[in-house]
Amino acid sequence: MNQNITLTVNGREKTLNIDVRSSLLEVLRDQLGLTSIKQGCGVGECGACTVIIDDDIIDSCIYLAVWADGKSVRTLEGESKNAVLSTVQKGYVDEGAVQCGFCTPGLIMTTTSFVEKNRGKEISHEEIRKAHAGNTCRCTGYQTILTVAGKCLEPGKEPDE
Amino acid sequence: MAIGQPANRVDAVAKVTGRARYTDDFYRPDMLIAKYFRSTIAHGRVISIDVSKAKALNGVEAVFTYEDVPKIKYATAGHPYALDRSRADVADTLLLDRQIRYMGDEIAIVVAVDDLTASEALELIEVEYESYSPLISPEQVLSKGAREIHPGQSNVIGEHQFECGDLEQGFSQAEVVHEGQYETHMLQHVHIENHTAFAYMNDLEHIVIISSTQIPHIARRIVGEALDIPWGRVRVVKPYIGGGFGAKQDVILEPILAFLTMQLDGRPVKISMTREECMLCTRNRHPMTATVKIGTLKDGTMVARHMDTLFSTGAYASHGHSIAAASGSKNTLLYPRTAIGYHARTIYNNIPIAGAMRAYGSPQVVFALESAVDDTARKIGIDPVEFRIQNGARQNDLNPLNQKPIQSCGLVECLEKGRELIGWQEKMSQRRQQTGNIRKGLGVACFSYGTGTYPMNVEIAGARIILNQDGSVHVQTGATEIGQGSDTVVAQMVSQTMGLPMENIHIVSTQDTDVTPFDPGAYASRQAYIVGNAVYKAASELREKILTYAAEMTDKSVSDLEIEGRNIVLVDQPGKAIISLIDLALDTYYHTDRGGQLTADVSHKTLANPATFGCTFVDITVDISLCRIRINEIFNVHDSGVILNHSTAKGQVEGGMAMGIGAALSEQVLIDPESGKVNNNNMLDYKVPTMIDLPDIGCAFVETVEPTSAYGNKSLGEPPVISPPPAIRNALLDATGVAINEIPLAPQVLFRHFKQAGLI
Repeated sequence: MNQNITLTVNGREKTLNIDVRSSLLEVLRDQLGLTSIKQGCGVGECGACTVIIDDDIIDSCIYLAVWADGKSVRTLEGESKNAVLSTVQKGYVDEGAVQCGFCTPGLIMTTTSFVEKNRGKEISHEEIRKAHAGNTCRCTGYQTILTVAGKCLEPGKEPDE
Repeated sequence: MAIGQPANRVDAVAKVTGRARYTDDFYRPDMLIAKYFRSTIAHGRVISIDVSKAKALNGVEAVFTYEDVPKIKYATAGHPYALDRSRADVADTLLLDRQIRYMGDEIAIVVAVDDLTASEALELIEVEYESYSPLISPEQVLSKGAREIHPGQSNVIGEHQFECGDLEQGFSQAEVVHEGQYETHMLQHVHIENHTAFAYMNDLEHIVIISSTQIPHIARRIVGEALDIPWGRVRVVKPYIGGGFGAKQDVILEPILAFLTMQLDGRPVKISMTREECMLCTRNRHPMTATVKIGTLKDGTMVARHMDTLFSTGAYASHGHSIAAASGSKNTLLYPRTAIGYHARTIYNNIPIAGAMRAYGSPQVVFALESAVDDTARKIGIDPVEFRIQNGARQNDLNPLNQKPIQSCGLVECLEKGRELIGWQEKMSQRRQQTGNIRKGLGVACFSYGTGTYPMNVEIAGARIILNQDGSVHVQTGATEIGQGSDTVVAQMVSQTMGLPMENIHIVSTQDTDVTPFDPGAYASRQAYIVGNAVYKAASELREKILTYAAEMTDKSVSDLEIEGRNIVLVDQPGKAIISLIDLALDTYYHTDRGGQLTADVSHKTLANPATFGCTFVDITVDISLCRIRINEIFNVHDSGVILNHSTAKGQVEGGMAMGIGAALSEQVLIDPESGKVNNNNMLDYKVPTMIDLPDIGCAFVETVEPTSAYGNKSLGEPPVISPPPAIRNALLDATGVAINEIPLAPQVLFRHFKQAGLI
């Protein structure tokens, strides 16, 4: 069975005709070509498919596309603007927090959401670790990712435009 | 930015913007989806199979069984072709097979218009088995009269031994002898991108395969071998890949996909494994048991050591006996001034297939050796760091295997640096008798490793550099970027040798066997070392051509000229351009009477295999009643020669250590000992460390200069994973006095041993 949904994706409104059984991951990748969203497990274990819906991070592989009707979705494709990387993206580049890059899109969305929610707060390493525990990375050992998140929260780092 | 600088990765922006394209990102609306029909028993034979209902399902394009595929057995290991065919990899695999050797074996394959239809069709296949009793444990496999898992072939697929020095004399001279048994279990790579590939035909002859592989050129050859078609008809393209760690150093999906597209009129066919399938049906790390015997004098001089190992490769040979053999050789350099003996066997069993995994058997062997070394140090009452410094390799020691001097070695300096970083002496001197529930421990372990596979295999690499019209260069190598940072260090090498700025060096990241220079691929921590020698040659050659052309244009002598950034300058007047590279390049392309495109295209064989060294130091707290280990501090210190890029090098070490910590504390493929069923082939039940499971990870380097490398570097990708597990095991011994000779040191294992020791 198919159904129309209307949602905002990276700031643009889209109306899509979808198979009601589709996950949000399938619709965003196959119909909109947003291939930053990776599937690593398909059952919400690895976090490679993380996107931001309204203000929360979710695993798009276990989120039905019909649930996104009327909502606002952010994917990694929308994070750099006018050829300028977001603060978090730039942090991943500068700290060497990228290796194979497959978990990177999901991790950047998680860090982005975490940084936006915690700006101006005193945040411990333990809190950063806990907030990122839903994203598995097999390459980095997370040390550089911890550094990126910490630096993005340092006083004086302004929110991206 | 040249060698030694922490240059940002050349692919970082593509990856942080989500624009880097991986195999699954090449979408085609007409793509057919193939899915394997897999066995639900671990050992047996298919008596009959009925696929008629599956074939009749709407949307199913084809179903193939073991009856439909070529009867050609091929080897899947990602090794270069062996000219000496007696040393060729074990050819024991058919595209589909009626003999069943593990639970998940491939019997048939369905091709459908989409994933759901293919899954539905699998449910409609009816199969009848003759079931044999599964041979899971080594005891079962080696028992008298055990059934041959590959009929006509022994269940022991390889066995060898060697001796360096006089072992018998060494042990007779020994004043203290320690002997112990050690065991490691099966592990999974858990690269985040599952195995995935698709194939189609460009015309009626050529097959194109896009694959997440570490070894595109080897994959091309093996597809040719498996289907008995000329290798030149096969083209393998490797885009960005989401990790491999050795699991993609086997050729798993490419041959069947080539077969399918040939059967289906060249239409595109894809297999994307699910996580569960990928963890069960690709490759794993071999389980191993070892007996280690070490003889020493009372003053701490090691005089003899012997290891006897048994590796289980599972249902198919994959890399065969190579892993047991390589890991036995590579550790000989760690304590080389002693008699050394090694005996190893590799066996088949009815469990998932073991193949290459980061550090290729060394983590297993070094766990046994470095645990035994600590046990020995305790027996003679000597500090375990001092014991290692006393016996560890030093520069110009002879490599026990070939009697050539070790040309670069910083092992002792690594141990000294690690000891300082962890505060070993201070913490040990403050140590009092520990009796409570919470106890602290310090541990150390070392490793030695190789760089590449010479002289067992050819070490060949290709590099092509082209001067563009704008004065920049494009660089193509056969070295495959799999996340380790190969492309970035190649750019740094070109920058160093040609004098060009990094932004004027463009790396072609994709390997395409139709156009990419030959290189067997990413494995054995060979890439930056072997390709470095090719890149150096190519960059030197192109630099020479550019300067010769500049000399002709400017009427100067070649020896007076140098490339400096975007210009050619006089050697004695740096900073003053006599001609820009752009003007020179435009002239080479567009002058009507002279010049031509300036390129260098090099293939180079390296005839050396330098040893690398390093160690782990760890400080832990053990909660005895909870059976838990907490890592307070952990450091790896590496001698990998010259560090090409401190940022990516640190990344390799931290990631490897995390994988080592997982192996030490939580990871194990759980196989039912009766049925052979894997109980945790998913990321929820197989415990890869998440961010909250890991401590802060520290690392440092002792830089030596390796003379056989154009840039002084040695292996770094794999070694960081090797020594954390024995270091943590030794710290647990230090904390509790309990020697646990197996990993993972998970709570249930600690409980068993603590109970036995009367601690709980």
